[in-house]
Amino acid sequence: MAKSDVKLLGAWPSPFVNRVQIALNLKSVDYEFQEEKFDNKSELLLKSNPVHKKVPVLIHNDKPICESLIIVQYLDEVWTSGPSILPSDPYDRATARFWAAYVDDKWFPLLKELRTTEGEEAKAEISKKLKEGLVLLEEAFIKCSKGKGFFGGERIGYLDIVFGSFLGWLKAVEKIAGLKLVGELVTPGLAAWAERFCSHEAVKGVIPETDRLVELAKIIQARLKAQSAPK
Amino acid sequence: MAEEVKLFRTWSSPFPLRIIWAMKLKGIEYETIFEDLSNKSHLLLHYNPVYKKVPVLVHNGKPISESLVILEYIDETWKQPPLLLPEDPYERAMARFWAKFCDEKVLPPVADVLVTQGKEQEAALAQHMENMKRVEEELKGKKFFGGEAIGFADIAYGWMANLLSVMEEVTGLKLTDAEAFPAISTWLQSFSDVPLIKENWPPREKLVSKYQAFREKRLALAAEATSK
Repeated sequence: MAKSDVKLLGAWPSPFVNRVQIALNLKSVDYEFQEEKFDNKSELLLKSNPVHKKVPVLIHNDKPICESLIIVQYLDEVWTSGPSILPSDPYDRATARFWAAYVDDKWFPLLKELRTTEGEEAKAEISKKLKEGLVLLEEAFIKCSKGKGFFGGERIGYLDIVFGSFLGWLKAVEKIAGLKLVGELVTPGLAAWAERFCSHEAVKGVIPETDRLVELAKIIQARLKAQSAPK
Repeated sequence: MAEEVKLFRTWSSPFPLRIIWAMKLKGIEYETIFEDLSNKSHLLLHYNPVYKKVPVLVHNGKPISESLVILEYIDETWKQPPLLLPEDPYERAMARFWAKFCDEKVLPPVADVLVTQGKEQEAALAQHMENMKRVEEELKGKKFFGGEAIGFADIAYGWMANLLSVMEEVTGLKLTDAEAFPAISTWLQSFSDVPLIKENWPPREKLVSKYQAFREKRLALAAEATSK
């Protein structure tokens, strides 16, 4: 397939974009990447995702697909010759989808909140909830992996990609907030999985370096403070 | 092994209704277990420890939660027609997109309209109308989201076909408009006319009373919070 048939509108720090990049890598799909700026969205982005105006957007044969989880499933359903991303058993698929929704809807918003929270008490409260979530995900990992190295079993799968894409920001927020969330004591399975995931061929070079994300967080925070400062 | 399918539901929640519609469409036999959410059963807590909510589908002892996840499970397990999701990957992506839009964007402002008043309610209503414009555009020229027959996205939006008018009665506000949203109005009618949909609505008067009471309770709580 020609490179121009597949275009990804994205932004390097977005874990949602990283997901799609990882999936494209897994499927060995050649694609064109267009970097979008948060405060200066391209015509193409606005036209391709008029409802949300957000990245990632995958454009395949001129047709746009939006929402990272939907894009990853689309890739899995179109590029069937590559390794499967979703498990083949319907119950395992339902389990993967359930935890993907949990990670996106319940867990990640807490991580985002922790990034901008100040005050030790407030930080402790949010990190407690995050850790409770991680305990649930550790249990899910044990069940889904069935003794192998990934949520997907022997190979990286849907839930690995969905949760793994947050590892960059997880490490960055740990640094910013000055606390550890994933550790060998409470979540040994996840701790080992995280290293395995980040060193996987399809993932290396996609998830940004922790320090780069920490710098970006500082810039965003400064901008927000400037915007809300009394005039 | 004989198929054992159980559905945990409440009498009023629209989310388990989605599963009932899907199972009736496919002719799947199932056992219903009614829950009282103010007094959740041990079984519900065991089968859905993360959210403790309905619906939960239990298939041969294995639980699945979250209505959209359950719908996809049903489609993949009971492959007889009608297919809930289309076969074409692009069309599947579109169906999933609009179902997600329903749950993430359309539902919250409607819930807000129900439990607020004054400026807050006005803002929620305005957001709701913006969402309706999006849905209207998507439905233009189509009988159902799924085309000629109801599918995944129709099932997701199905709550609108009875609850919008219930909310209108409780709040005294207009939530849809035949002139401004002709495609939606036609869809609401077409969807309601499907026999298995018609036969499975919860009793309307009971719904009105329930949402009326819920609105009053939430407004009272809000008043208490601001007066402290």
